[in-house]
Amino acid sequence: MATALDKPPVTVETVSTTRPRTGFRKYWHLYAAISPFYLLFLCFGLIPVGFSLYVSLHRWDGLGSMEWAGLSQYQYLLGDTDFWNSVGNTIIIWALATFPMIFLAMVTAVMLNSAVRFKNVYRFAYFLPNVTSVVAIAIIFGSVFSTNFGLVNAFLQAVGLDQVAWLNTPWGIKIAIATLMTWQWTGYNAIIFLAGLQTIPSELYEAARMDGAGPVQTFFRITLPMMRPVLLFVLIISTVTGLQSFSEPQVLLQTTANDSTYAGGPGHSGQTMVLYFFQQTFDNNDFGYGAAVAWGIFLVVIIFSIVNWRLVQRRGED
Amino acid sequence: MASIKGTRSRGIALHAVLVVGLLLSAFPFYWAVIMSTHTTSEIFSYPPKLLPSSHFLQNARSLFDNIDFFGSMFNSLLVAGSVTFLVLFFDSLAAFVFAKFQFPGKNVLFALLMVIFMVPAQLSAIPQFVIMAKLGWIGSMTALIVPAAANAFGIFWMRQYMKTAIHDELLDASRIDGANFLRQYWHVALPVVRPGLAFLGIFTFMGQWNDYAWPLIALTNPDNVTLQVALSQLNGTHGTTDYGMVMTGALLALVPLLIVFAIGARQIIGDLAKGAIK
Repeated sequence: MATALDKPPVTVETVSTTRPRTGFRKYWHLYAAISPFYLLFLCFGLIPVGFSLYVSLHRWDGLGSMEWAGLSQYQYLLGDTDFWNSVGNTIIIWALATFPMIFLAMVTAVMLNSAVRFKNVYRFAYFLPNVTSVVAIAIIFGSVFSTNFGLVNAFLQAVGLDQVAWLNTPWGIKIAIATLMTWQWTGYNAIIFLAGLQTIPSELYEAARMDGAGPVQTFFRITLPMMRPVLLFVLIISTVTGLQSFSEPQVLLQTTANDSTYAGGPGHSGQTMVLYFFQQTFDNNDFGYGAAVAWGIFLVVIIFSIVNWRLVQRRGED
Repeated sequence: MASIKGTRSRGIALHAVLVVGLLLSAFPFYWAVIMSTHTTSEIFSYPPKLLPSSHFLQNARSLFDNIDFFGSMFNSLLVAGSVTFLVLFFDSLAAFVFAKFQFPGKNVLFALLMVIFMVPAQLSAIPQFVIMAKLGWIGSMTALIVPAAANAFGIFWMRQYMKTAIHDELLDASRIDGANFLRQYWHVALPVVRPGLAFLGIFTFMGQWNDYAWPLIALTNPDNVTLQVALSQLNGTHGTTDYGMVMTGALLALVPLLIVFAIGARQIIGDLAKGAIK
């Protein structure tokens, strides 16, 4: 994410060689100016992250005394089928949401790029889903996918197909969550793709046209290679945020399971990794295991991001 | 002649597809309007209603009877407003330092900032909860405001903006005139980066307004919550019974943000896209 946004900072001025350093007193106002962020990070970032590693090596309900557990929480995590179920759910939902989203966003961006009129109207309307709260949107989508009176089932009935208990079946749940995500993020990514498309010099397209390339050939030979950095940015952002999805399944499925509001629906079919973390930590008050789950999630997200990164990079080398 | 005709019909086809996308984007909002204007028994009947009805005020009244809608809206405004103000100040101050000054340890501190960018929230969630419980902040809005008062994204983003927007000659001139660091920040830097601040402000406000996971955990008193948590509670208790009312809540909760977005849309859409392709 960082490298997609910025090149490493380059120091242009060489102050230190000409002027002798007088240490902290000379620069104290600069340190003071950046200190609020670092103090907050120390209190609510660094110390908590370190502490969560410590907690994960213990048995702890958050109130009583901590009991040393060594690596047993992690050992349990490796064999915990509920955790691996949530990992699978998360990746399936991520894939169901991300691939259609990137495809639709790319198509939309290419069309927006060639449409001259009303561009601002389209951009405004396409961006709208992204600024609305997930809670409100999940409630609204819950009614669209409702088994009894939902719009999707009414449509299926109208065209003579069988109704689907969307929020009660393993695949229905995942499709409903993925649809919500696709709806919320397609326009956002289309606008980012559009910005990328606008940086491609028009001479390239003209040259391709002179060489007799058709629109499809132009897209795969010029547009797509030039868009690779932006595509990578979008993919990494979607991976990091998509693998940590919580609000969408939580609100959509909070009333459909009877054991926990973090259960992710019947059979835990919509329970994502972060939902599982919330259930273990704040429903079961198992802070020690919750901390181990959090580290497990962290690892899965990192590994998955690196795999995605390398897949897109390698395609670029071919 | 034929090619002009071809271009035009292709243009029409293009707009037709784009309009379909636009309708898909807008449809859930329309659907919420329909649902919030019907009684629950009307909603449960077949075929589904596709036009608004007249029970909106009735639904709104039972919404206000069931949850403290305006109280939680006030909480959301308080949190989002305070955080936005603090973020704008702290982030722009730190960004100014990183963009325009040299000091020992600068590169290390900035690299650290980038790493922090990537630490997922749930890693620190448990200890953060424990620390805040010790401080007595759990259940109050302080638990939401303080940890969000400065962030890596804002510093990083403002630094990018300030690097090009603030000219070094301007800073040198003000230094010769005897302006100290704070005066430079206030009188030279801030006026120039106002558009950048507008983007960061709107972006922060919307993010805070929509924040859900942490408030859900930290606000342990069910009578004193933010709008998103109140809405979720409403859905949890009445989501299977009084649909019209729950939908009215969802719709009304969207309104303040839609207003903010309508005001700042041009800025936020343009700047976000720019940030991504840098």
